[in-house]
Amino acid sequence: MQLDLPDNPWLELRRLTPARIALGRTGTSIPTNAQLDFQFAHAQARDAVHLPFDHAGLSSQLAERGRESLLLHSAAADRHSYLQRPDLGRRLSDESAQALRDHASANPGGVDLAVVVADGLSALAVHKHTLPFLTRMEEQTHGEGWSLSPVILVEQGRVAVADEIGQLLGAKMVVILIGERPGLSSPDSLGLYFTYNPKVGLTDAYRNCISNVRLEGLSYGMAAHRLLYLMREACRRQLSGVNLKDEAQVQTIESDDPDLMKGNFLLSSPDD
Amino acid sequence: MASFSHAVGAQTYRFDSLKDVMAKASPARSGDFLAGVAAQNDGERVAAQMALANIPLKHFLQEVLIPYESDEVTRLIIDTHDKQAFAAVSHLTVGGLRDWLLSDAADEHSLRALAPGLTPEMAAAVSKIMRVQDLVLVAQKIRVVTQFRGTMGLRGRLSTRLQPNHPTDEPAGIAASILDGLLYGNGDAMIGINPATDSIASICAMLEMLDAIIQRYEIPTQACVLTHVTTSIEAINRGVPLDLVFQSIAGTEAANASFGISLSVLQEGYEAGLSLNRGTLGQNLMYFETGQGSALSANAHFGVDQQTCETRAYAVARHFKPFLVNTVVGFIGPEYLYNGKQIIRAGLEDHFCGKLLGVPMGCDICYTNHAEADQDDMDTLLTLLGVAGINFIMGIPGSDDIMLNYQTTSFHDALYARQTLGLKPAPEFEQWLAKMGIFTQADGKVHFGNSLPPAFRQALAQLG
Repeated sequence: MQLDLPDNPWLELRRLTPARIALGRTGTSIPTNAQLDFQFAHAQARDAVHLPFDHAGLSSQLAERGRESLLLHSAAADRHSYLQRPDLGRRLSDESAQALRDHASANPGGVDLAVVVADGLSALAVHKHTLPFLTRMEEQTHGEGWSLSPVILVEQGRVAVADEIGQLLGAKMVVILIGERPGLSSPDSLGLYFTYNPKVGLTDAYRNCISNVRLEGLSYGMAAHRLLYLMREACRRQLSGVNLKDEAQVQTIESDDPDLMKGNFLLSSPDD
Repeated sequence: MASFSHAVGAQTYRFDSLKDVMAKASPARSGDFLAGVAAQNDGERVAAQMALANIPLKHFLQEVLIPYESDEVTRLIIDTHDKQAFAAVSHLTVGGLRDWLLSDAADEHSLRALAPGLTPEMAAAVSKIMRVQDLVLVAQKIRVVTQFRGTMGLRGRLSTRLQPNHPTDEPAGIAASILDGLLYGNGDAMIGINPATDSIASICAMLEMLDAIIQRYEIPTQACVLTHVTTSIEAINRGVPLDLVFQSIAGTEAANASFGISLSVLQEGYEAGLSLNRGTLGQNLMYFETGQGSALSANAHFGVDQQTCETRAYAVARHFKPFLVNTVVGFIGPEYLYNGKQIIRAGLEDHFCGKLLGVPMGCDICYTNHAEADQDDMDTLLTLLGVAGINFIMGIPGSDDIMLNYQTTSFHDALYARQTLGLKPAPEFEQWLAKMGIFTQADGKVHFGNSLPPAFRQALAQLG
């Protein structure tokens, strides 16, 4: 049987934040249910980090839609080495680099946008969001007449691997869809990183990031809208990164009115 | 540059320089492998530790690891070294220093006197030949006491930073986490927010809000919004009430430059904070965060191992008489500290080295979801640091930081340390908790009040 723990008298504060507040206590410790909820959230995040990339499944789903794909591998042999050697995850293996060179010489002329998909730190995010996002993105790229590479799938890839791929393909721009580091409440968050004139050795300062693409976060349509904005602006100004501000960012969390920040229940008086 | 060799068994091991011996003597961790400075195998590591143990402490004043001419942190270390304080141990080797630290000659008084005589490299060196229990035992002898509105670091006390982060800086959401933390007795080290945005307007608004809450409920604590030091200076120029001046720091000039700071920028921030004269008990007001691996991740480590780089950051910290310094040990990820074992050892090394140098150390006992670590590892490190006499830890709702996406110690974790180790909050805050009827503590046991404090009951009634 379970102990009958008293209700937490400030439980109603829960509607003000997604933080794990008002958990109650048994003695001074966390009650059983809250403790196991946490363990489950952590387990989900861990499983997302270690879930193998189902590239075969993704590749066949892409083929059903008439979309060609190419499977590559980073220089990190497995997850263990991927987690400890970020430098290896940023480069293609020798075999993969050669395969891509062969592809490029068989398909000369380059493309506007190289499209890369890598497992990153959450294959779960990639499995869930790649197809629906690409569908929305390609509606828009098709409408504007941009040429795209086949979908390049990378196992054990980090963000910067996209720059090597873009360079080898002679692409004007590259976008990588990659699983973000899972949070306790967001094991399936997808990140998009965009580079103009990609080449090996660029730092984060040359990339633009569109983060938190998932059902509870940024929608596929909005992410595609922002990516297309970045593509147009990057081509116009011939750059990407910190100097290319993402003015298409519709949602903003900044407020210029300090009074908006002051009001809350801890500071209002009974007469307010 | 000296070269060192050590014969053990049938083999003679050679090391190119002091930097090389230090790196190879470091207990194994992923960041040193990533940097390519670690020992090739366990045998070479222990041989390096043996070679290191034989090096006279005086040698550290002759062979600097990063050139004096090109690095202002090295210049700070050498130029501020106190030779008189050093005299107590100047005849010793690194191994002799370990023996001395563990002996009865080293007590609270003699260790406090020694602190300015030690360089960070000496502290890092001796830590490399110490076991976990050595790091705990020696740190436990040391007290570093600081004051602003509360008193940190007294024996038998453990303080908490209430960290009420929110993914969009929503004021009501932040306030909800603050109240939750206060009602679990957290927040005496500070109420410190990591803002989601760096906009000056919203930083100022958060500072105003924290100040108003502290005043309204007469909480003997201090506020901090963790933004760049130059933003804090700007807020002070705008007349905004600001208690603690925050900055992330590292152990090399180049790594600090990657954070957009230098010693002179920190000095400016320190003086701006002092100009407000807001501390009622004391004027320790800098709050620094550090962490092993930060110099390497900025590609600014110059072949120095990550634990030695980290210890050099404490020389930067102590120059500004900080209120608190926080090593955010497991935040940086598994490429620097791979698993629970590496995180636990690093947390204890940082706490020990900081305290030995006279720095008021706390630790963000934490991990990310791609590290091989879990809550059990954090419980282990918390217990060890509690025994070691750490000044403060983080306190957040249910260990889950929903803004920074990592796990650190919860409000309940601090209560666990109070119950098991008998540690009390800062004395001023202890009185406030009793006055409010939140809890009292006797013989270690925490006794919660039977009902909500009237002031907070009223606030909750506002929610309707």
